[in-house]
Amino acid sequence: MRKTLLESLTHGSLTEPAPAPDVSALAELATKVNRAAQARLGRSLAIREVDAGSCNGCELEIHALSNAFYDIERFGLRFVASPRHADVLLVTGPVTKNMRQALERTYNATPSPKWVVAVGGCAIDGGIFRGSYACVGGVSETVPVDLHINGCPPSPTDLLKGLLALLEHVSRKG
Amino acid sequence: MGILDSIPHVTAEMPHRPWPRAVVTEAGWQAAIERLVEGGLTLLGFWGEPTAVHMAMLDGVSAEIAVVTYECGAGTFPSVASRHPPALRLERTIHDLFGLVPAVADDLRPWLDHYAWGKPYPLSGRNASRDVRPYQFLPAEGEALHQVAVGPVHAGIIEPGHFRFTANGEHVVRLEQWLGYTHKGIESLMQGASLEAAAKLANRTSGDSAVAYAFAFACAVESALQIEVPRQATLLRALMAELERLANHLGDIGAICNDASFALMHAQTGILRERCLRAANVAFGHRLMMDVIVPGGVTRGIAPDGVSALRALLAELRKVFPRLIELYDNTASLQDRTVTTGIVKAEYARQFGAGGYVGRASGRDFDARRAIAYAPYDSLSFEVPVLQAGDVNARVWIRIREVEQSVELIEQILHQLGPGGLETALPPRIGRGACEGMALTETFRGDVLVWLRLDGELRVERCHLRDASWFQWPLLETAIEGNIIADFPLCNKSFNCSYSGADL
Repeated sequence: MRKTLLESLTHGSLTEPAPAPDVSALAELATKVNRAAQARLGRSLAIREVDAGSCNGCELEIHALSNAFYDIERFGLRFVASPRHADVLLVTGPVTKNMRQALERTYNATPSPKWVVAVGGCAIDGGIFRGSYACVGGVSETVPVDLHINGCPPSPTDLLKGLLALLEHVSRKG
Repeated sequence: MGILDSIPHVTAEMPHRPWPRAVVTEAGWQAAIERLVEGGLTLLGFWGEPTAVHMAMLDGVSAEIAVVTYECGAGTFPSVASRHPPALRLERTIHDLFGLVPAVADDLRPWLDHYAWGKPYPLSGRNASRDVRPYQFLPAEGEALHQVAVGPVHAGIIEPGHFRFTANGEHVVRLEQWLGYTHKGIESLMQGASLEAAAKLANRTSGDSAVAYAFAFACAVESALQIEVPRQATLLRALMAELERLANHLGDIGAICNDASFALMHAQTGILRERCLRAANVAFGHRLMMDVIVPGGVTRGIAPDGVSALRALLAELRKVFPRLIELYDNTASLQDRTVTTGIVKAEYARQFGAGGYVGRASGRDFDARRAIAYAPYDSLSFEVPVLQAGDVNARVWIRIREVEQSVELIEQILHQLGPGGLETALPPRIGRGACEGMALTETFRGDVLVWLRLDGELRVERCHLRDASWFQWPLLETAIEGNIIADFPLCNKSFNCSYSGADL
């Protein structure tokens, strides 16, 4: 164990420079995030991930945000275990009808001010599952969405760009 | 002796490839159940249609496979689950989707149907009603027992499902799972879909196994249409499948250790997993390699710098991974958590036909790559690790050994790659009859089965996808019994079953 630990001290960091915040995400947020909320939160957001029926592809890439290359916590973004501790809900999937109530309850359990980020093609409009008897189709049909991050699944870099845009917007003092 | 020799039957009229399908009467159906109960055959799949049910069975010794079909004239079929428990969730699913009634069922509670779809029996093709009743969990009685309800929204970044624990102090007396939260109606979306659209759905049945599902779907179509895929394409398919296995096993090994609070391993394997995905992205243009495998072949070759990216990945794995194995093996506090925790009995692994590391850690020596030997695995050499202990530790070791095997397999494949065609053209869409095909491939978590029927214009008429998790989830309920609740995340992660794959 000592060797592995020492090596990680002596070798350079794997963590990569931050990507620029996504421009289109900034534009989407500009109209949605209110200024009072911005002043209260500063540069720190707690994120609760909610899988609303995804294929689990998006979860794999959201997980990757915590690895040494992306190291999401350096930006003040961290994943929390309960919606009651969260500022942001990161929602994936075409919102299956079997998950709709759980998503609503999770949203209601999250204290305001709060933001919802819909992740992946399914979360935008149901994607390839649109039209199924078992899917609502699109997160915004169940809870209000502040930001969409597209992709199937979006890469960790895409996710980071979107979340950085959210962070930048929230922390800009009004 | 063939599977069907001992089962009274008539051969189905429609061509079914590569294994036979036969129509049976009640006597034949019961004979098939009998073979499952006595252990001569293993249940591979059990699915419905509006007026029929099908069972796929495997002879573990000869690796022979056959499908039997029972026509449900009166909307009923003889219950399989009442005599053979591995069929239970599949049987409840058949009832939920098609409204067919197993006679006589011991347990006909809904499984996928949470009464939220707005219509009961959505694939039955008829209007019917169903009584809405609150879901009843199975009882556990005793003076000091209490219940802990977990989910569907969990604490980590994982898929949704409900776990109902009954505990005596810290010890779990009973765990009951209730899934179906991610049910997307994939089978209904498959009906009438073009091959292209259907392949996309297959890729997204369980995103972590996108390659293996696409592989199975493509093989099933190719069997149905009797077309051969160029060798180069099969090699590329296996290359992607092994990369997918590597990435998942590396992620799992770290995540299991992380659930035993050993974050160092998680950080280290997380780096290796990321390197796998990046190499996949360089070689095939997508980190999870979705939509590259299609019926007929693959949509693209390996990128010019893909081979060197993969060779660099293999070199890195060979350098770093042995050290991580040593770290796992020499950390007593970690072993203390994984050894003898969450034991799956060999008898259950056999009875349920549990695939992947769950089965192989409990003595079930089965791997679809070797048993079915689908191309190109018939010409690649690899070992299938099997252990007997059945605990979390054994499931970690199976993964470790499979990482080593996948590294060797990728090396072999890179060596064999050469110039060659990537796709075989599909036959014309007109002037054909309907046909059926089936395939089994080995995902990182076990074998998946894809069965389908194509109509005369190459559209999917029916398609059923059976995830490995169907036969693993129930064993998790047995593995946790007598363990403490705090070890559940560890046991659960060592299974890493798919919710989406089993919820469909």
